[in-house]
Amino acid sequence: MIYEGKQKIWSDYQKDIPDDHYFYVRSCIRQSIFPASEMVFLDITRNKLQKDFFETEHHTTCGGIAYHSDAIPQETAMTIIARQFALMHKYGYENYVCSCITSFGLYTETLETWREFPELEAKIKEKLWESCKLEFAKPKYLAHASDIIYKFRNQIAQQAKFKLINKKTGEPLRVVEHIGCHYSKMFPSKGFGGAEYPYVLAGMIEAWGGEVIDYPERRHCCGFGFRQYFVQTNRGYSLSNTHKKFESMEPYKPDMIITNCPGCPYFLDRWQYVISETEGKTYGQDGHGIPVFTYEEVAGLVLGYDPWDLGLQVHQVGVEPLLDKMGIPYNPENKFKGLNNKDLGRPELPSCASL
Amino acid sequence: MTGFGYSLTPSSRINLDDKDKEKWNKLIDLEPDVLKCMACGSCTASCTAGIFTKTSLRSAILYLQNGQEKQAMEYVKSCLLCGKCFMVCPRAINTRHLLLSISKIYTLK
Repeated sequence: MIYEGKQKIWSDYQKDIPDDHYFYVRSCIRQSIFPASEMVFLDITRNKLQKDFFETEHHTTCGGIAYHSDAIPQETAMTIIARQFALMHKYGYENYVCSCITSFGLYTETLETWREFPELEAKIKEKLWESCKLEFAKPKYLAHASDIIYKFRNQIAQQAKFKLINKKTGEPLRVVEHIGCHYSKMFPSKGFGGAEYPYVLAGMIEAWGGEVIDYPERRHCCGFGFRQYFVQTNRGYSLSNTHKKFESMEPYKPDMIITNCPGCPYFLDRWQYVISETEGKTYGQDGHGIPVFTYEEVAGLVLGYDPWDLGLQVHQVGVEPLLDKMGIPYNPENKFKGLNNKDLGRPELPSCASL
Repeated sequence: MTGFGYSLTPSSRINLDDKDKEKWNKLIDLEPDVLKCMACGSCTASCTAGIFTKTSLRSAILYLQNGQEKQAMEYVKSCLLCGKCFMVCPRAINTRHLLLSISKIYTLK
């Protein structure tokens, strides 16, 4: 290996992320399946890191789900995106950060398409004015929310109350990091480390004391996709992709999985239940599954947030074994209590495995 | 056991380290042009037998590269050796000779 050559290639996949003043947009599905992740992100950036992150209730979906499932044409998706950017401009921001990986991919695709085809950009500008009477603008900088946590990972480590370390053994936790495909596989230069060596989550794990596991199917898709999930009969394809990943990572005995995409944590989490029901197999220790987290949830755990405030009770795979390993205190009685101690109800346990 | 309306699909993974490469290497020695194939499919598109039977040199080469000899031979055994594919191959591979060599090497016990 020529070290200088590697350094040069690596430098092509670095991003200079602005320090402050971001317009934040939420994800459609993350708010329902990992409800506290976005709240924790805003709380960390605003209150722990003292940064300016603005959000407005007027922003909408990016159109990604409809676009990727062929329900709307590209120009419609572009007009929706132009409206989002126009809102950012209206509120006086130039840096745009999104919570969703699909959105990040679609925003990048749209900006690149406008760069390649200025006539299309002009057309969208007109459509935006016709439909919304908003002034067209493009962000100076587009970031994914995981880029921000990555940038401030060392500050978070300085404020950490818990580390990704097994408290009993003192050994670093063995962590699988899984990057959403739309983060850097479509436009490698837009993600830290590109498509081959994405470092955004690995950097967080290392900064917070964990050990990154390198396993054969590390870069394999989680299997979500859009087409293979929306139609029920196609879901076997999605399931098989996830199954392939778990079979590949199992020998490395991971303690946890961290992801930066809305679909990946959902499917890596939920498919463990389906595999345990249909195949009778689990991949964690002592018959448990492997807990799956979003990067915000892990940052929240490291910073000492209450696990149930992070919404960890809505995960399919129980997180308690990991909390015990990290030495994080929790009250089991509060697990299914919502706001004002309202009972959230309890999920039915899987019939053939302890998840 | 819960029914979900879908299930795992069987894995199509091939472990090339487990495959015996002896015959493939022998074929390369005898027909080095096999490595020139870019799988364009012109041979298959122009195949006289291909309309009626499962004949496809392109598929056969792919299966041989993956060490799946049985499947490969399914695509070779019905070849009429008319040589039309040789005429259309953009890489000028002597496909007729290649088909003969594949048959010889892979049918030898």
